[in-house]
Amino acid sequence: MTKIVKYVMADIIRNRIVLLYTAFLFIISFSMFSLEDNNSKALLSLLNIILIIVPLVSIIFSTIYVYNSSEFIELLVSQPLKRKTIWLSLFTGLAGSLSLAFLTGAGIPILIYQANAIGFMMIAMGLLLSIIFVAIAMLAVVKTRDKARGIGAAILLWLYFSLLFDGLVLFFLFQFADYPLEKPMIAVSALNPVDLGRILILMQMDVSAMMGYTGAVFKDFFGTYPGVIFSFGMMFLWTILPVWLSTRKFNHKDL
Amino acid sequence: MGGYAEMRLSYLIVSFFICFSISARTIRVGSNRMYKNITAGIEAAEEGDTVLVDAGHYKERNLIINKSIVLAGINYPVLDGEKKYEIISVKTNRVVVNGFRIVHSGVSSLEDISGIKIYECRDVIIKNNILEDTFFGIYTQNGLNCIIENNILKATGKEEQQSGNGIHCWKSDSMRIIGNTVSGHRDGIYFEFVTNSIIWRNTSFQNLRYGLHFMFSHNNAYVTNIFQNNGAGVAVMYSHGVKMFNNYFLENWGDAAYGLLLKEITDSYIGGNHFEKNTSGIYMEGASRIEMEKNNFLGNGWAMKIQASCMDISVVKNNFIANTFDVSTNGSMMLNFFNNNYWDKYEGYDLNKDRIGDIPYRPVSLYSMIVEKNPPAMVLFRSFITSLMDKTEKILPGITPENLKDDHPMMRRL
Repeated sequence: MTKIVKYVMADIIRNRIVLLYTAFLFIISFSMFSLEDNNSKALLSLLNIILIIVPLVSIIFSTIYVYNSSEFIELLVSQPLKRKTIWLSLFTGLAGSLSLAFLTGAGIPILIYQANAIGFMMIAMGLLLSIIFVAIAMLAVVKTRDKARGIGAAILLWLYFSLLFDGLVLFFLFQFADYPLEKPMIAVSALNPVDLGRILILMQMDVSAMMGYTGAVFKDFFGTYPGVIFSFGMMFLWTILPVWLSTRKFNHKDL
Repeated sequence: MGGYAEMRLSYLIVSFFICFSISARTIRVGSNRMYKNITAGIEAAEEGDTVLVDAGHYKERNLIINKSIVLAGINYPVLDGEKKYEIISVKTNRVVVNGFRIVHSGVSSLEDISGIKIYECRDVIIKNNILEDTFFGIYTQNGLNCIIENNILKATGKEEQQSGNGIHCWKSDSMRIIGNTVSGHRDGIYFEFVTNSIIWRNTSFQNLRYGLHFMFSHNNAYVTNIFQNNGAGVAVMYSHGVKMFNNYFLENWGDAAYGLLLKEITDSYIGGNHFEKNTSGIYMEGASRIEMEKNNFLGNGWAMKIQASCMDISVVKNNFIANTFDVSTNGSMMLNFFNNNYWDKYEGYDLNKDRIGDIPYRPVSLYSMIVEKNPPAMVLFRSFITSLMDKTEKILPGITPENLKDDHPMMRRL
């Protein structure tokens, strides 16, 4: 397994797109910290990057990469290797290299300019979101044989998690405005890893606004250790569930 | 030269008169003095005398001062109320109480037992005292021209019902409250029907309810005070002619906690104040004719909440920096005036380089209106969709009040 992981990682790191992605993150985060006069504005822009760009790049790059290595996968399958091992090492390679790209690209500037709880939470969320969206991408790939449809599905999934889901939540909130929805909202936000990541970062960032009544309800949950453990647990679930589903599917797939 | 000599002569004469008029005695009280307790010392004193108390622990029950004397302590003698009594009651004019440590007053909501209470008199000076564990701290009723200066008041109340106010003035006039430190009381400084007074350089923090609370108190000035981390911030109501300069309103957190709550305040001026890290910097309800200028709003949840019931409020030359929401309101009508403020969220340009932005800034975001109507929407805070909605609303305002805008926003911090 380590051999395949090594091969995949070496292949991806040599890939120009990932190098560009790393450089892009690096330049953007550095320029944000040095251009904005107050750090909180820079952090806000960085938050948007972590919540929008990182999932987008992770999901699309992984989808295309897995489709492009279909021949390589077929070659591996013909060897005396378990299919599970092949699939999991592909996942590990992708997730590892994209995390590495994020860590060098955005992690270093954050650690230089903002080495506190906010910074560490941002790095943790960026890493987790990278991994989760690789897992989701692999599920999308294994479900569709056609490349165009697969990439389309990946883009739609990204759109759903970063935009449509929140739109639906807003709609839901207005439809049920007469009910106390603070607590159900906590459960609902667990259904979207992007929302979970955003809330966990905000808990460290916008403390004043979060101390309003509704904010306080969220803070009482997400700001405490059980809440943080719950959210991290949910995010791990968001990684493990797609990986498990896609592995199961890949095991029986007619290549 | 003749004029100079004359002046010296007149000084001499005047100083003679002064010498004769203050031929008051000093009465010493202490364990090895003639008077062993303060009650006896006060009894022996006449109008204008000084009662000087050595350091020690005195249990005088209720000390009533009914002569115009100076009561001063050396090295903070302790006056213990044994959790039963009101400790000092001032019942005549021109009394000075200076330099005592006043501890453990009784507790009674019926009588408002206090550390020091001033009853219907004028020109009383209370200064340099330390009050610990008193129910009410320093209480004035019907006081006139009194000075409360450099006292430290510390209470350890746990519940609002079981604790009194730090400095409490009722129906008083021309008071000077200067340089006091109040913590752990119900309200740090409380005024009701107090007029023409100044509140200067006080610090009021970690009180259970409000740092400063006043009602029906007209024409007072609040200068350079610090109100920090109080249970519900600062609330001022039903008054006019309020002047607030250079105060600090810091770290008041909670849904019903406001840096400054203005309810039915009219004809007032609020300038040069700092509002930092509050859930809401200023909350206004039914306020009118207020001028707000040169204030700093830093890192608040909501810098300013203006309810639609306010009118003729002018917000000019303030800094709004790193606030989550700059302004929020609950209606579409807006009769207030914003001009020349610095908003760090302003994205306009300045072509003629006069440091004033060329396009207006709209401080109310669509999302803040949504949260106002539907508080659980806070869960979507800073999400992609809400920023998208805010951007569209900025370009085509439909829901936010059309005329709530700053036509001449500043490009740089003031």
